[in-house]
Amino acid sequence: MALDKYGIAKRIAQEVKDGYYVNLGIGIPTLVANYIPSDIQVMLQSENGLLGMGAFPTKDKVDPDMINAGKQTVTTIDGAALFNSAESFAMIRSGKIDLTILGAMEVSEQGDIANWKIPGKMVKGMGGAMDLVASARNIIVAMQHTSKDGQSKLLKTCSLPLTGLHCVKKVFSDLGVFDILPEGGFKLLERAPGVSVEEIIQATEGKLIVEGIIPEMIIH
Amino acid sequence: MINKTVQHVDEAIRDIHDGATIMFGGFGLCGIPENCIAALQKKGIKNLTCISNNAGVDGFGLGLLLATRQIKKMISSYVGENHEFEKQLLSGELDVELIPQGTLAERIRAGGAGIPAFYTPAGYGTEIANEKEVRVFDGKPHLLEHWLRADFSIVKAWKGDTAGNLIFKGTARNFNPMMATAGNITIAEVEELVPAGELDPNEIHTPGIFVTRIFKGNHYEKRIENLTTL
Repeated sequence: MALDKYGIAKRIAQEVKDGYYVNLGIGIPTLVANYIPSDIQVMLQSENGLLGMGAFPTKDKVDPDMINAGKQTVTTIDGAALFNSAESFAMIRSGKIDLTILGAMEVSEQGDIANWKIPGKMVKGMGGAMDLVASARNIIVAMQHTSKDGQSKLLKTCSLPLTGLHCVKKVFSDLGVFDILPEGGFKLLERAPGVSVEEIIQATEGKLIVEGIIPEMIIH
Repeated sequence: MINKTVQHVDEAIRDIHDGATIMFGGFGLCGIPENCIAALQKKGIKNLTCISNNAGVDGFGLGLLLATRQIKKMISSYVGENHEFEKQLLSGELDVELIPQGTLAERIRAGGAGIPAFYTPAGYGTEIANEKEVRVFDGKPHLLEHWLRADFSIVKAWKGDTAGNLIFKGTARNFNPMMATAGNITIAEVEELVPAGELDPNEIHTPGIFVTRIFKGNHYEKRIENLTTL
């Protein structure tokens, strides 16, 4: 069966390693924070100007001057730092962030990503997404494999306005895990529990590479 | 002796005129100059170009100036969650320029630092790259981006002194320090205003040289856009 958004977040949490600086986008990526193993330490970066983001506050600890990039009230962990937004993007542009996890509406087999605009429908702005995808060394995407009406979102080329070119390294969808190869193509690495290779082939419009036996993913 | 204090918000904004370009500090509703925004609404000046990461929400922040149609153009990175904004954008009443957040922050920083332009990789290969100069550094294409300056910058700080020095709190810092440097006239509103000498110079975020006028805000609602608790 395909994963729900919590399942995708749980699987992605396994990619987070001890000592990492991590930027989480809005949506499924935000959920990843809930599943990071307690025996490792990571520093979550929030691009408005916070490194070392902690849990949401309890009701009596809410501070309107402490929010994350999704404008949610947050706390800090030991070792946290606060800074201005220009300095925040200095960290991002200079490649100091070890792992960036973003949501996407479409990803192409070349690693292009579209996640900021639907012409005529949604004009909210790109926020920090274009800066992140242009500079982060290690970008992985959390997304639904197909739209509600069954159209593939893992495409040959993106149909929506791009956020960035050739930047996505790995895709975690509700159906599986995929490397995006430097020469182009989605290389199937793992299947979601109970999902067949055949189902993944059917749901993928872009070039899909299937080599050997594809293991089922393990979700703790 | 340098004393940048004004007593009242109306005195702080006295020369802001129709058609002015104004930077507003803040990220979402966090760290926004609430008192100046309310006073600008009351003053009723129009055709403003506003540079701000966001456009407030319906009924608060820059949403107040949108409701009264005082804003002609918004320069922002993210403008979701604001119905009035969306309505005016779709009807063509409001002109909007969307800029990647890091590029926006750096363009303002450059404006305040006397750097007319710089190259950044953000937005290469996307529609925002249209007609921008591209140059390859280290094998990677970058876009030429120009500084941003404004007739007025309005920032909100936690503490300030009569010499104009500012200290910000938490993530309410955000765009405020860069904007403070990039206005021809910079107006700072603060929660606590003390005589020069009372703030530790080691802890100043924005040196007073960048601030033209400073005043203590009467009231801070600090509305929370997205209250999330355990």
